[in-house]
Amino acid sequence: MTASRRVELVCPAGTLPALKAAVDHGADCVYMGLKNETNARNFAGLNFDAKAAAEGLRYAHARGAQVLLALNTYPQPAAFSRWTEALDFAADLGFDAVIVADPGLMRYAVERHPSLRLHLSVQASATTHEAINFYVRRFGIRRAVLPRVLSLAQVEHVVGHAECEIESFGFGSLCVMVEGRCALSSYTTGEGPNTVGACSPAKAVRWETTPRGLEVRLNGVLLDRYADNEAAGYPTLCKGRFAVGDATYYAIEEPTSLNTMEILPQLVRMGIAAIKIEGRQRSPAYVATVTRVWRAAIDACTADPDTFTARDAWMHELAGVSEGRQTTLGAYHRPWK
Amino acid sequence: MKIALGPVLTCWEKAHLDAFYAAASTWPVDIVYLGEVVCSRRHEYRLADWIDAADALAAAGKEVVLSAQALMESESDLKTLRRIVANGRYMVEANDMGAVHLLADHAPFVAGPHLNVYNTPTLSLLSSLGAVRWVPPVEMTQASLAAILAHAPAGLATEVFAWGRLPLAFSARCFTARHYDLPKDDCRFVCVAHPDGLTLATKDGEPFLVLNGIQTQSHRVHSLVAALPDLARLGVDALRVSPQAGHTGEIVAALRAALDGRIAPSAAEATMAALSPAPPCNGYWHDRPGLDYVTDAIPA
Repeated sequence: MTASRRVELVCPAGTLPALKAAVDHGADCVYMGLKNETNARNFAGLNFDAKAAAEGLRYAHARGAQVLLALNTYPQPAAFSRWTEALDFAADLGFDAVIVADPGLMRYAVERHPSLRLHLSVQASATTHEAINFYVRRFGIRRAVLPRVLSLAQVEHVVGHAECEIESFGFGSLCVMVEGRCALSSYTTGEGPNTVGACSPAKAVRWETTPRGLEVRLNGVLLDRYADNEAAGYPTLCKGRFAVGDATYYAIEEPTSLNTMEILPQLVRMGIAAIKIEGRQRSPAYVATVTRVWRAAIDACTADPDTFTARDAWMHELAGVSEGRQTTLGAYHRPWK
Repeated sequence: MKIALGPVLTCWEKAHLDAFYAAASTWPVDIVYLGEVVCSRRHEYRLADWIDAADALAAAGKEVVLSAQALMESESDLKTLRRIVANGRYMVEANDMGAVHLLADHAPFVAGPHLNVYNTPTLSLLSSLGAVRWVPPVEMTQASLAAILAHAPAGLATEVFAWGRLPLAFSARCFTARHYDLPKDDCRFVCVAHPDGLTLATKDGEPFLVLNGIQTQSHRVHSLVAALPDLARLGVDALRVSPQAGHTGEIVAALRAALDGRIAPSAAEATMAALSPAPPCNGYWHDRPGLDYVTDAIPA
């Protein structure tokens, strides 16, 4: 883990066209999920069946890119075999690594597929080196993805003390809650990230035009009401406007995207192994844009971190595909907390 | 079935904590969890105060467990964790895998509700590392718990979060400080003014969630009192009552009466609900949205 080591760019692939866009625009790795609850983006119309996965793997490998399979929900007792079958599938098909969160599933992987590389998912909520090293020592995980809750100094401390590679989020929708530790969606709709890989599922969303404005409800709970001149975003429940005391505001989080490009040199110097781009639910055009911009930025930063600046053109392009058209450094920047 | 008094999740003044635990030593609870689970900035009680409370409760015959913080961020958080793990007298409730890492093969521990134990293989692993009791995630359904317990490792006790506002989420951000437009690092401990948290309502005035610093809770009070026969049949060993700012002693007494068969579960729940800051919910248990309240469940 030296600072001169090349940082990998890890990009989302919700569909085969998105996978090809990522590979064509310079991703070192792409990550995907299967069409079921074994991954944390279990959305209708998204993800890969066996045939598409095989084709994606062929396409990426032929062009020197790696492919990771996200198996990052928590296996439910009535269907544990669905997760182990997915893991067998990943090993048999030749995925370069699986991204996992559940210790029971990790133990299965170690016993059945000892040569399969394991990455610790952000959904495992491992925020310190003590937590990460638990998974390193018990299951030999090779890389951990950090939850989006740590400051830059805290990330550096983890990188310095974790016994595996560290991957951190660079860009994409921002979970304000610790990943793997949020039951707001299941509380409201019955479906949440940990158990079925869903957050604020579309089938629970209802839009209604009322005399008081456009209302959006999640299983009946009013998340927001928009005036005529206000743009309405995707109704993720933590990004609604609520009343606390006498104030009505984005009480939890604004609709915004994480963008860490400004601090890329610090991340590179501290020895981050990989930068992850969020957005398996986004379009191939989003994936192409974000991958191309981040490829250019990482290459520029690797060549000379001392003179690197996040160019206006890059930031403008990223803002253009951001949720709410605005970006934040999130927890990396202390005042955000 | 035992009653466990969960850790105080909200921020109370020292005098409130003193009075609460002095009273708790006389309540019909078997297990008491002590410690700050939510926010490292809260110092109304320091570790020495928690140990003093632990000694007093243990002298009163309670089983005392020290709960570790759920969201660990800094080396300072880890230092506190190491001191808790090294306390030498009391069992520790691990609420993240860093705590499990320090406790594994070292001391028996409780696998807390924030560890994401959703299946038997994971539970068996924790048991093999030294867990002697576990608390399922609050969103677990009755059916999933039954399936896990059907193959659970021998000698491992199960404690279910049975009463109280649900700890639903953790964040790096302090929502209480955000409400007061204060930075988290200079929060002025405003949460101490909200001993039952700060209510978040929808724009149409429906109370929905409760902000408790970096934690988000349900506004409704989760109740599995009506499910007591099911919990007993599943072999659950203990029921956790999550403290609220007032009336926790009366709530515990009503639950004890129901467990002893002195009053019907439905009557106990009515008594407990009347003493609570919000209406009940129990949807998770019935494989529904957690905020639902199912009253027509037919006992099997």
